[in-house]
Order: sequence, then C-alpha cells, then structure tokens
Amino acid sequence: MSSKPSLSNEFVKGLWENNPIFKQVLGTCPTLAVTVSAINGIAMALATTFVLVFSSLIVSLVRKLIPTQVRIASYILIIATFVTIVDLVMKAQFPELSKSLGPYIPLIVVNCIILGRQEAFASKNSPFRSVIDALGMGSGFLLALFVLGSLREIFGSGTILGLQVMPNFYEPWLIMILPAGAFLTLGLLMGLSNFYVTHKKKIEKENIIQEYLKIKAT
Amino acid sequence: MKLVIHMLATLTLIGIISGALLSEVSNWAEPKIIANRKAETERAIFVVQQDAKSYKKIDSTDFELFEVFDANNNSLGYALPYEGNGFQGKIRIIVGLNKNINNLLGLEVLEQLETPGLGAKVAETAFTKQFKNLLLTPEIVAVKGVTPSNPNEIEAITGATISSKAIVRIINDGIKRLKAIQKSGEQN
Repeated sequence: MSSKPSLSNEFVKGLWENNPIFKQVLGTCPTLAVTVSAINGIAMALATTFVLVFSSLIVSLVRKLIPTQVRIASYILIIATFVTIVDLVMKAQFPELSKSLGPYIPLIVVNCIILGRQEAFASKNSPFRSVIDALGMGSGFLLALFVLGSLREIFGSGTILGLQVMPNFYEPWLIMILPAGAFLTLGLLMGLSNFYVTHKKKIEKENIIQEYLKIKAT
Repeated sequence: MKLVIHMLATLTLIGIISGALLSEVSNWAEPKIIANRKAETERAIFVVQQDAKSYKKIDSTDFELFEVFDANNNSLGYALPYEGNGFQGKIRIIVGLNKNINNLLGLEVLEQLETPGLGAKVAETAFTKQFKNLLLTPEIVAVKGVTPSNPNEIEAITGATISSKAIVRIINDGIKRLKAIQKSGEQN
C-alpha cells in the first residue's frame, strides 16, 4: 500500500487542487441558485460543511458495519438526518436566512459533494482523516460560493455583504442576479482557473526542456 | 439469508437512531418556529395598522383575519393576511383595512419568490407605500407607465407588471372574500 498523504495535504487539496466547484464540478445546483449575494453563499456553504463533516464522521465510524449492498441507502439516511437538523435549527434561530435560502437547505440531501465524499473518502478512511477531508472540501465550497456570491452581489446590486462598494452613479447589472449571471460568472471563474493551471504546466514543461538542453550542451 | 438480515438490521438501526434524534431536535425547534411566525405576523399587523395597540384573531372565518383596536379598545378595522400566485411562486401579503372595508391603510409583503431585482421590488417600500390610504371601491387597479390619477389606482413597477398586478389581484380577492362574509353576517 502506498503511503498516505499528510493530514495538511488532505485539507488543502479541497481548497484548490480538488476544489468541489472549480475542479470536480459537483454540487453546482445550489451553487448557481443561492449565490445572489455573498451572505447567502456563506450560509449555504456553512450549512453544507456542517452536514458534510458530521456525515463523514459517522460514515467513517460505521464503515465496517455497513454491508456494501446497502451502503448508499445508509449514507443517504445519515445525510438526510443531518440536513433535517440544519433545516430545523435554521428555521428556529435564523428565520430570515432560512427564508432566503428557501428550498435549497432540504436539497443539501442530494448535493453530490456530500454523497461523493462518503463514497470516495469517508467509507475508506479513518474518522479523523475523513473529518479533515470534509473540512477541506467544505472550505473549498465556501471559498467558491463566497467568490461567486460576492462578484454577483458587487455587479448585480453594487454592494458586498450589504455594504455599498460601488459609486452612486453605478447602474447595477440586473443580469448578474438573474440565473444567467450565475452561469456566466461560474463559467468565467472556471475558465480563469483552468487558464492558470495550463499556464503553470506550460512553464514547468519549458523549464524541464531548458534544463535538459543545458545538461546536453555540457 | 444471513446477509439479508444484516442489511435489514443495519438500515433499521440507522432509521431508528435517526428518527429518535430528529424527534428530539424537532421538539426543541417547533415552538421556536411557531413563535417566529407569530412574531412576524404581529409585527406586520402593526405596520399595516399604524394606530393599532392590540389585536384579536377572528375565529369565525375560514381564513386568517385579525380585528385591530386602538389604545381605548375601539375597533380600528381589520388586518387581513392573504396569499395568491405571483410570477414565480406564492406571494403572501397582509393588508390593513378600515372598519367599513372601503379604505386600504397599508400593505406589507410577507413572503414572495419573485425575480430578484425586478419582481422582488414589490416587497420594497417604494412600491408598498402607494397602497397607503387607497380607495377600495370599486377595486384597486394597477396602471402602467403613467402616474395614477384616481384614488383607487397604483403604478405598476416597470419591468415587473405581472408581479405588480399579482399583488393587486391578491388584495382584491381577499377583500372580496371578506366583504362576502361580512354581508352574510349582516343577514344573519
């Protein structure tokens, strides 16, 4: 068996290298739907992270007890339990936020980031490692949703987290808070991140070639 | 066979634990959720009936209706929550009405799922303040592109005519229903 990556790697990979939105393109439905403002994005990501961390912990703890044939059903049951808890707590403590996120909180049950992490990670790793992985993925999701929500809020309403940032004469672009704006912003962000990655790879390649030529010349 | 039992036992066990956990959380959250909803309605009643000091729920109707009183316990009129379909989903509003139900005292939008930036403007004060002291006879009319000239008219939001008209329709429907009940009450 190959040696396991370090714990910090397990966390960091979710932020960038394996970012659930920009790299794995999972869970795009809530991403596109709720990011009309930065605060909505943050709330959605925090709710998802909560569910992700606790589901991963439980799934990892019971991973050896669940027969493979019913593992997906068991994961969904565990996930649904935590989602319902989040939904009830939000309705009780943050009624305003719960209203603006509407039906997307119960829909976390079918968010493929969560089921994906159970199947790909938590069912094969120790509880501690699974929680670290879940936290990393959750942070990556938070990062993506915050960036997306902020951009759409800045251009769509001229504010960020409710504070005015654009000058008064700025006419908000309505399209940014409409569904089309979500697709445009996400597309551009993904394009940018892919461009950065290919650019980096190209430079690395050229460096190797240069070094090779240098060695050959001597 | 052993496997089948194992599978059944696993799912049953998870189900039982999950159910027990959720009923605990629900027991804790349910009263808070009801209190939140009540506080919201209460706040809205005092927004649409600004002179109000107390209110009483009327139980004899088959829809929600509140009678509103001033400091000396004189009846000021009614607060009527009502809902109907908007452009994208349900809209829930509450209106304040005077005693004779011929004058609208105020409007507050409680819930709406209209397009952000367009239809959602129906919940903003710029739109709702038009409904203050609006004449209800024969009924409210939304006009487009011109300044309202009659005391029963309001101006629809540009680019959100459907949402504006939906609000007007919901109010008119609710008032029609209230008037019908009042009429039948007088006959009794």
